[in-house]
Amino acid sequence: MVHNNKKPTWKLATLTIAVLASSVLTGCGDDANNHSDSDKHNQHVVVNADPFPTTYEPISSVATLITNVTVIDGIGGLVANSQILLQDGKISGLGDDLALPDEYVEIDGQGKYVTPGIIDTHSHLGVYPSPDTRSHADGNEMTSPVTAQVWSEHSVWPQDPGFQRALAGGVTSLQILPGSANLFGGRSVVLKNLPDRTVQDMKFPNAPYGIKMACGENPKRVYGKKGGPSTRMANVAGYREAWIDAAEYKAKWEQYDADFAAGKEVTAPKRDLNNETLKGVLDGDIIVHMHCYRADEMVVMMDVMQEFNYQIGSFHHAVEGYKIADKLAQNNVCSSMWADWWGFKLEAYDGIRENVAMVHQAGACAVVHSDSDIGIQRLNQEAAKAWSDGRRAGIDISKADAWSWLTANAAKSLGIFDQTGSLEIGKNADVVLWSADPFSTYAQAEKVYIDGGLAYDRLAPDSWPVSDFELGQVGQGDHK
Amino acid sequence: MRRLLTALVGISLSANVFASQFAIVGGKVHTLTDQGTLSEATVLIKDGLIERIIEGSQVPRGYERIEATGKVVTPGLIGAYTALGLVEVGMSAGQVDSSTSEHPVTTVGAAIDVSYGVNADSTLIPITRIEGFTAAATGIEYSDYLFKGQGSVIQLTDSEPLIKARAFMALSVNNSSASDAGGTRGTLWVALTQALSEAQAAIGTDLAPTQPWYGMISRADAVALGHVVQGHKPLLIKADRKADILQIIALKHKFTDLNLVLVSGSDAWRVGAQLAAAEIPVILNPEYNLPGAFDTLGASLANAGRLEKAGVKVAIGIDTHNIRLATQHAGNAVANGLSHATGLASLTKHVAEIFGLDNQMGHIAPGMRGDVVVWSGDPLEVTEAAEHVFINGKPIKMVSRQTLLRDRYLNLKQDKPMAYTRP
Repeated sequence: MVHNNKKPTWKLATLTIAVLASSVLTGCGDDANNHSDSDKHNQHVVVNADPFPTTYEPISSVATLITNVTVIDGIGGLVANSQILLQDGKISGLGDDLALPDEYVEIDGQGKYVTPGIIDTHSHLGVYPSPDTRSHADGNEMTSPVTAQVWSEHSVWPQDPGFQRALAGGVTSLQILPGSANLFGGRSVVLKNLPDRTVQDMKFPNAPYGIKMACGENPKRVYGKKGGPSTRMANVAGYREAWIDAAEYKAKWEQYDADFAAGKEVTAPKRDLNNETLKGVLDGDIIVHMHCYRADEMVVMMDVMQEFNYQIGSFHHAVEGYKIADKLAQNNVCSSMWADWWGFKLEAYDGIRENVAMVHQAGACAVVHSDSDIGIQRLNQEAAKAWSDGRRAGIDISKADAWSWLTANAAKSLGIFDQTGSLEIGKNADVVLWSADPFSTYAQAEKVYIDGGLAYDRLAPDSWPVSDFELGQVGQGDHK
Repeated sequence: MRRLLTALVGISLSANVFASQFAIVGGKVHTLTDQGTLSEATVLIKDGLIERIIEGSQVPRGYERIEATGKVVTPGLIGAYTALGLVEVGMSAGQVDSSTSEHPVTTVGAAIDVSYGVNADSTLIPITRIEGFTAAATGIEYSDYLFKGQGSVIQLTDSEPLIKARAFMALSVNNSSASDAGGTRGTLWVALTQALSEAQAAIGTDLAPTQPWYGMISRADAVALGHVVQGHKPLLIKADRKADILQIIALKHKFTDLNLVLVSGSDAWRVGAQLAAAEIPVILNPEYNLPGAFDTLGASLANAGRLEKAGVKVAIGIDTHNIRLATQHAGNAVANGLSHATGLASLTKHVAEIFGLDNQMGHIAPGMRGDVVVWSGDPLEVTEAAEHVFINGKPIKMVSRQTLLRDRYLNLKQDKPMAYTRP
């Protein structure tokens, strides 16, 4: 969909699509009904913000009541011996506040726990899938340090068996990010962890887009001998130059919109996919997810954020978040962190086990992420480690609050908290029934519901999903 | 004056006694011996060694008490497959002694000896030991050679780390190694068999530079591999798919004295009976359950538990910076079918046995090294932690560079810049 003034026939088709899309999806563009008019100056070009719309559909569900269960609601509540009702894809009842339908399945949750489904804010499933081969390594567009034009969803291979493994670990939603080779790595996508034939089948409805940015070692290592950046100072120059271009691009479109609204004869600016994504950030529509380890670099990035008037949604990894937890809180920036990864490179050398708890303690938004096809399978244990390490250091956080690191805070950092991330009436029934206290190594996700549909049942091995890749291979459908 | 002097002498004497005699009192003690688990027992440590184990909480005089009531006591954990002491930061951060480049002293990598590279000042050592690890096998992680050379077993102390230099030989025969070593298993296995045959032929011969040597392997390789073919030290072979594991079992039939250990072994559960019959133990990461390559298609969380049922000895612990998480790995193996007792043995006794050090470590029994850990609870639970760690009979300081960073930044409001805050 490239707008090209020199090819009028092409243009007409382009404009029609663009205008239709705008009227359907954005509801803006006063002249949307004029698409039959061939005079280009009367066509208001509005960029379709959703050219790859979701085709996700929940799996069928039956009303389900889980009784006698300990409920951790993901927003700080923990109630023993409670109950929860899932109906029509939503959480429709909690505790005594229940209106039971005529028919429902009842599950005795004695000794078990219910939590919101885990949301991993940092995954490369699908873009760096299993098997890990060069053919499949589609997560880093390492040809230029600024590639905001690429979208991770165009690399996601929905047959990655990692999705099924993550499901068995209680993950119901996840953000797939491009890698961290580039200053601007491209758009991320939020998925429901219910793989089907296409990535569109998995796209989380109404989730905002994100953009991956990266600080530090990776861009300078990748581009140091390929024209730069080769230093951290050139990294920062690279972000700023890109934002200057993006601001100009944004102004051009705003001028166009204003002129059009004023009845002037104007031609829409030429679309630029890179700047379109960056403009989305400046417009507040696309959330910045920034790979950053070192404290000093994160603070520099928060200044860049102020300089160009955008918001960083979340620092990712933030291994030194604990050193500037106060500033993270002041700037309202979340941090997606590991519990205990450290030392694999110098910018991860100061990683400490109490990082998550210390960031939380300072009043900043703490998220526990995986960045790993193995770690994503037991994020509950990652939160448990961070919680207990914090307590041993004298940081008294309740288990109920700690669970927000996996769900509510994760959902907030992805812009989907209005839909999921907590057990509240009306929210999507993205729910996990744990065999025991999920802060224990021995607890396992026994049942995982996505929008009320039973997506995984540990007790029914014949029902476990198997990706195309694993069909007919050794261990197909095995206890994985 | 005289009274004062006596008092001073008394203090220094008792301090001396206390410094070398400890009683860990009243804990739940996993001995990892025929004694099994004692629900309330006292472990006496004297002169660097475990002196004895007493049921109950009675302590003879002269021992410094460490209260362990309600806590769990285990032998010190042993990292089974690490590069501790050989690497500080892996990527783009200077010298790493756990990877090799080519040198004429070796043609197949067997001669490489990491014992020269072990750095007792590595920050990884305190970071690891405060979490209950008292020793580790350490070796080359990345090698372009057929062999990864000779690894060592080290103790996680501040000085004299080597417990056993040239304690094992390692190599890998999985997909990526076949790709590096000749491009096909058809080359790799011929090269491996040839190397072992040459080493066998060289046993008892004069390998002096004045004597002729026509082997494919270098003289230094022949010396190192000579110990391997005679079974004096274990040969750790990393492999995953069933076909490769069967080749390893066949290798033992060809070189009958080999002391083989399988590492990784994604498909090991598929040949459990054969591994048990060949007495080949497995060091694995039980959390690995993905088809990351076409030779790990059978990877399953049930691997460790199935191997245990087949009668295979299982050890757990493949990592370096986070080898401390092997307790979590073992816990997840237990969650997926391994017995809890074997989960503990996989971190202690079994590792000691694999490296031929079970006469020194890996269980709590009289005469063993004083490597003992007191835990807040079940060591395989992610929310529990080591509270006291003894190495060689001495309590270590529960401090690492990480705890110092934590303590510096626990309070962000300081009058002066952070560099003035010394925890």
